[in-house]
Amino acid sequence: MADKILKKLNIKVWRQNNAQDKGRFETYTIENISTGSSFLEMLDILNNNLIEEGKDPIAFDHDCREGICGTCSLFINGRAHGPDTEVTTCQLHMRKFKDGETITIEPWRAAAFPVIKDLVVDRTAFEKILQAGGYISVNTGGVPDANAIPISHEDAEESMDAASCIGCGACVAACKNSSAMLFVSAKVAHLAKLPQGKVEAKSRARKMVAKMDELGFGGCTNTGACEVECPKSISITNIARLNREYLTARFSE
Amino acid sequence: MSKFLTASIGRKFIMSISGLFLVMFLAVHLSVNLLLIFDDSGELFNIAAHFMVTNPLIRIVEPLLGLGFLVHIIWSFFLEYQNWKARPVKYNQKNPAVASTWTSRNMLVLGALVLVFLIIHIINFYWVIRFTGGVQEITINGEHMEDTYSLVAGLFKTSVIYDIIYVLGGILLGFHLSHGFWSAFHTLGLSNKQWMSRLQIIGKIYAVIIAVGFSIIPLYFLIKF
Ligand code: HEM
Ligand code: SF4
Ligand code: FES
Repeated sequence: MADKILKKLNIKVWRQNNAQDKGRFETYTIENISTGSSFLEMLDILNNNLIEEGKDPIAFDHDCREGICGTCSLFINGRAHGPDTEVTTCQLHMRKFKDGETITIEPWRAAAFPVIKDLVVDRTAFEKILQAGGYISVNTGGVPDANAIPISHEDAEESMDAASCIGCGACVAACKNSSAMLFVSAKVAHLAKLPQGKVEAKSRARKMVAKMDELGFGGCTNTGACEVECPKSISITNIARLNREYLTARFSE
Repeated sequence: MSKFLTASIGRKFIMSISGLFLVMFLAVHLSVNLLLIFDDSGELFNIAAHFMVTNPLIRIVEPLLGLGFLVHIIWSFFLEYQNWKARPVKYNQKNPAVASTWTSRNMLVLGALVLVFLIIHIINFYWVIRFTGGVQEITINGEHMEDTYSLVAGLFKTSVIYDIIYVLGGILLGFHLSHGFWSAFHTLGLSNKQWMSRLQIIGKIYAVIIAVGFSIIPLYFLIKF
């Protein structure tokens, strides 16, 4: 079956020349978009049109275009990564939209993610949180025998689930408090579940949370929006674990 | 320590401990209040109320309760202000209902309305009993005590407005707790894959008991008398 064609769409998009610029919305129309194309392909076509008209193309982040790098940070029609669940923007298809619709595209909004240009935000803050403790510094030696360190199936699964976080920032974008708790909790849970990571589990939680606060992310009020909008369905039970690690670390100091 | 109190999880810790303390208080408060509708002579309620004001343990807990409220309220504004600051430029278009409940996003609104109710409630009863002395004396089984029953029953029998205010107060508390209850446990880290949904269910049940339990009292007086 051939894909349907969306005859006309209005694209209302945030334009901002640089970090200092105040920014504004611009609305463009675009015609004959196949429902089979991806959201980013639609933006590519729009940018081609803009270039042909001698205008500045819309800057947006993207790299892998297959849901693994986490750069395609767009807030579409009021939702992080748009109107589909468990996908990144690059995995979103135009079949999710209706002919004649106005699509609103905004950058992630958070004090810790300042806009660099148009829809591109600076997500170095996540890098800084990782540098604060999202690693293992104990010497783990060479490659061990496969079964030398037994890890229960359940622990391995939970750790792998948490490790699937791609650092896209949708959790921050979707949260009413711009909280990075889901991201931080995924990193903390991923490492705390494994014997090599357990050693530093408590100080890791303390350092990463302190960094998160310092960078201006908000606090968690357990609304659960992050879990729903996370493309990898990271569970908020990780946040309970992070709270537990953090509180025991503070009280055992 | 001061660092802990201002850290994001520290702030939440204060909210959840004070919140759970208020949750326990509400359970006791409701149990005593339900005596209002189980004995129309008012004796049971008066005896219980008298016991509560004279009991040395309650005398100690009362200032603690005031403190619990103050801490919960002050921290709630502090915490929401910090969270509000974390997004200086707001979204033009938001569609949050697909990902979270209205209640969970509006705990401050619900809390502030509960606070308004709380002030009215204190002026209605606590203030009159403790300070203005506008409550009658009564003797039950040879013991002198305040006739708290008549004060409460009198208000509910004569004023439909106050009946409505008290019903609304109960419902608002119910909504606040339908999110607050399980959230408090989650904040303390006392939750995991199995327990999260269990706590959510227990919280909903508790919230319904609080909402129905408190609203039934003014309705009882309104309908029966
Ligand atoms: C009897 C009255 C009250 C009870 C039983 C109660 C209980 C709770 C509980 C259990 C929580 C959850 C804490 C957590 O998520 O860790 C909570 C949160 C909250 N309360 Fe109350 N509360 C009461 C009154 C108030 C008042 C008067 C206000 C403020 C004006 C208020 C504002 C808040 C706010 C803003 C939160 C949200 C914090 C969050 O979601 O993280 N509450 N409350
Ligand atoms: S937790 Fe989910 S939403 Fe948040 S950064 Fe990781 S993958 Fe993205
Ligand atoms: S471009 Fe890599 S996840 Fe979307």
